[in-house]
Amino acid sequence: MSVLVFAEHDNASLKGATLNTITAALACGGDVHVLVAGHNAGAAAAAAAQVAGVAKVLHADAAGLDHALAESNAAQVLAIAKGYSHILFPATAAGKNVAPRVAALLDVGQISDATKVVSADTFERPIYAGNAIATVQSADAIKVITVRTTAFDPAAATGGSAAVESLAAVAEGGTSTYIGSEIAKSDRPELTAAKIIVSGGRALGSSEKFNEVLTPLADKLGAALGASRAAVDAGYAPNDWQVGQTGKIVAPQLYVAVGISGAIQHLAGMKDSKVIVAINKDAEAPIFSVADYGLEADLFSAVPELIEKL
Amino acid sequence: MKVLVPVKRVVDYNVKVRVKSDGTGVDIANVKMSMNPFDEIAVEEAVRLKEKGVVTEIVAVSCGVTQCQETLRTAMAIGADRAILVETDAELQPLAVAKLLKALVDKEQPGLVILGKQAIDDDCNQTGQMLAALAGLPQGTYASKVEVVDGVATVTREVDGGLETLKLKLPAIVTTDLRLNEPRYVTLPNIMKAKKKPLDVVKPADLGVDVAPRIQTLKVSEPPKRGAGIKVPDVATLVAKLKNEAKVV
Repeated sequence: MSVLVFAEHDNASLKGATLNTITAALACGGDVHVLVAGHNAGAAAAAAAQVAGVAKVLHADAAGLDHALAESNAAQVLAIAKGYSHILFPATAAGKNVAPRVAALLDVGQISDATKVVSADTFERPIYAGNAIATVQSADAIKVITVRTTAFDPAAATGGSAAVESLAAVAEGGTSTYIGSEIAKSDRPELTAAKIIVSGGRALGSSEKFNEVLTPLADKLGAALGASRAAVDAGYAPNDWQVGQTGKIVAPQLYVAVGISGAIQHLAGMKDSKVIVAINKDAEAPIFSVADYGLEADLFSAVPELIEKL
Repeated sequence: MKVLVPVKRVVDYNVKVRVKSDGTGVDIANVKMSMNPFDEIAVEEAVRLKEKGVVTEIVAVSCGVTQCQETLRTAMAIGADRAILVETDAELQPLAVAKLLKALVDKEQPGLVILGKQAIDDDCNQTGQMLAALAGLPQGTYASKVEVVDGVATVTREVDGGLETLKLKLPAIVTTDLRLNEPRYVTLPNIMKAKKKPLDVVKPADLGVDVAPRIQTLKVSEPPKRGAGIKVPDVATLVAKLKNEAKVV
């Protein structure tokens, strides 16, 4: 049997999360097919065909498939689902939106946020904000899984030469309509793909201070900016910067936590980072229990000094 | 319009759970249980819609053990009008819950179902989407803003990179994100009043739903521990360590 990967893309290229998902798919065994569903997404389909390890790219093109609308995209996956033993989605906002719909319509259970493929039917996944790891086995004929992208290396974006096959697009239901989006424009690396992340918490005190203190540090390191829930709730940083159990899960080479106490829910989003640096003036802050290097200091003097010395 | 709000009883978010030494699960005996935080936001949103005059009745639903009645009483203290408990001791997975809710949606015919985006115990993030699929309804997941006008819900969603707005034809399913609202505190008089509100108990069999788990948990283990780190005395040492020891900058 073959494995189907639902590609997340912006029509022109594949999102990085798709490459990590392809690696997880290869670990499941069998041929890996990639479904590129969208509108005018030929370039993304061509990019998917270049990815090492991909055997076939299925390309469905229709206006209703645009913007990853759950209703039509789930219907599109369902139309070809019966030919596969596994259907994998990246555990991104888009993937998590569609995958459970597909699973329910196939009447199978879904495995969320798989961090390891133990065997073709057995997977590991974190539960309770990452405080426990469950090994789960699916008895269903088709396994529907979302993949925690930070747990798998990205597949090489070149080296493959898969055939692109056009699919008949499935008509959409018309009960939901895309109106618009406000996507923050940023020159910085994407949070989930960044090698270095500088993240701020409530101690920054205001949106102005957040930008004033952390932006130069992020610039210096070529890092993405993140935030704790407290900082986001207080309006210091936009929602999509939130790192944690219910925000983004990240695992960069270096995570610099500035003025973040380190609640369980935040740690769940970053504790797989290779090196964690914490700057906090509270010696008892739980962040120090996971930090490789902890600096007990006032962030308003320590961060400028850090920028200067780097 | 009637709104259905499913709520889940989970280990309180402040509790650091421990994995049982025999690897069968986490130890939830004698730990504090509360309503899943995202579900509180869902109840609050339903109550606000009622206060705006869009909604006429709020029905809170929970699936699980007898003690879930406490969670339903909390929902009624926030402002739900009545409650339904689907009582079972069986382990319920999202697909089973979605099927139970689908049966209740068929029966109650709500205009809107508002769920939390995920439960903080199993961290699945599936039930709302599964219910939408089974009931053949549109979904607005990770909502940070919901407006209901003339049979259409306009839902602003938190997606990777920013926000996205969808229009959903009612009936529809909405799942809440953190920024949708700030749930109100329940007051003592409202807790007393909630005790008098109706709470129906049904069994999965009454709804004709097979709740057998599809995914078997073989083992639950502790996550790998991080090695103990060190505290550095000053910024210069920190930079030196990062450059020479960790080699990450």
